Amino acid sequence: MTDLFSKFDPLIQQREDLLSTGIKDPFSLVMEKVISPTVALCNGKETILLGTYNYMGMTFDPDVLAAGKKALDEFGAGTTGSRVLNGTYSPHRDCEEALKEFYGMDHAMVFSTGYQANLGIISTMASKEDYIILDIDSHASIYDGCALGNAQIVPFRHNDIDALEKRLKRLPPEAGKLVVLEGVYSMLGDIAPLKEMITIAKAHGAMVLVDEAHSMGFIGPKGRGVAEDQGVLDQVDFVIGTFSKSVGTVGGFCVSNHPKFEVLRLVCRPYVFTASLPPSVVATAATSIRKLMHAGDKRAHLWENSRKLHKGLKDLGFQLGTETPQSAIISVIMPDLERGAAMWEALLDRGVYVNLARPPATPAGMTLLRCSLCAEHSSEQVDDIIGRFKAAGAAAGVLG
Amino acid sequence: MEKRADTFNRVAELIEPFNKKGVSLSDATTFATDLEWDSLTVMDFVASIEDEFDIIITMNMQAEIENVGQLVDTVISVQDN
Ligand SMILES: Cc1ncc(COP(=O)(O)O)c(C=O)c1O
Repeated sequence: MTDLFSKFDPLIQQREDLLSTGIKDPFSLVMEKVISPTVALCNGKETILLGTYNYMGMTFDPDVLAAGKKALDEFGAGTTGSRVLNGTYSPHRDCEEALKEFYGMDHAMVFSTGYQANLGIISTMASKEDYIILDIDSHASIYDGCALGNAQIVPFRHNDIDALEKRLKRLPPEAGKLVVLEGVYSMLGDIAPLKEMITIAKAHGAMVLVDEAHSMGFIGPKGRGVAEDQGVLDQVDFVIGTFSKSVGTVGGFCVSNHPKFEVLRLVCRPYVFTASLPPSVVATAATSIRKLMHAGDKRAHLWENSRKLHKGLKDLGFQLGTETPQSAIISVIMPDLERGAAMWEALLDRGVYVNLARPPATPAGMTLLRCSLCAEHSSEQVDDIIGRFKAAGAAAGVLG
Repeated sequence: MEKRADTFNRVAELIEPFNKKGVSLSDATTFATDLEWDSLTVMDFVASIEDEFDIIITMNMQAEIENVGQLVDTVISVQDN
């Protein structure tokens, strides 16, 4: 018998080699207690959370919690059903209303996760004779949406406007085309030149989908994302987003002004063939989304935090993913996986949790320590973090 | 036949900058095993082929291409379409 698991042997070996050096497993951390959006107990130690994508700190917002508890009492623990059968309760509809208000768009469709939103929308919309043109550094859920469908897939170099234009020019003018972009790319924390790219896409008759997972609530005057910030939201055909970052719970969505959008509820398999979110979850999401519409002060403080951490780490001599702070993600480039894991552990020992990212999730085979800031981080916490990075960098042999 | 030989030569020329081990090229030369290219190298190389021939090689096509001969045939068939 061929063991179907033997294909994983190299990965199992790499993991064993890493752990045999005495390093803690960076992929099996358990938080014993969560004290606030920015602090948890890890291994019995109070730890500053700097890798949670909880950008707006909504996870413990009192109004959000109250809405969830109320829905839990009134509607029960779960729906036990698909959105198109017995799984649509009034809180699901209300959550979609909140999304329409937030984006100022005509239609909103809530999925069980952001991953499923990309999977469903991308695979359903583009069929065999259509083309999907996407940035090569796109999120796994975008690639998996392509793989689930059967459209022709055309990747272009990350954030390269010319590369996008060249490819669009070479495609048959009459073919159906969907250009897929992200507002913020989560590995390096860089933003896309959406204005230029969307103008080009439209000039070549393509529809445009933008995944704003890492910008919702924070970037743009109303927190609608990078497309809003660059003044091109009205030209985006589909915005994909998630509740698992700024919104502070779980779930995914697509908003659109397309007049035929609602038909997707009938044909989109990752929407139809799975159970809907629990009513308490959509109730927390709706409350959070409506509060994010008026969160200008929080946005301003989050920008301050992001700038401060970027400058602090740069001044210490760390190599960062972007020259300037572009989002709430500050990505620290590690020389290799071994030192990346050592640095990750040295930070955890000093009470800072960051996200360790490595290939294949990362571009160019990089090992990254991804820091995501929260509007609830105080300036003092950010100072603390910088000090602990300095000590950890010296201990792990990452800083010279 | 001339077109195929000509295409092969142009493809071979574009492989050279990425041919770090100086592997001698034939139709049967594979990208992953013989040339030992990783996904980044493949991406840069595919972009250079696309620009040279002013074509698009979709990821769907790339998934079917393992050796130089298959690439040459794909380039020719895409150009003819
Ligand atoms: C760009 C992007 N899209 C989609 C997702 C998926 O979101 P979710 O966690 O809701 O599945 C993520 C987050 O992992 C993401 O980074």
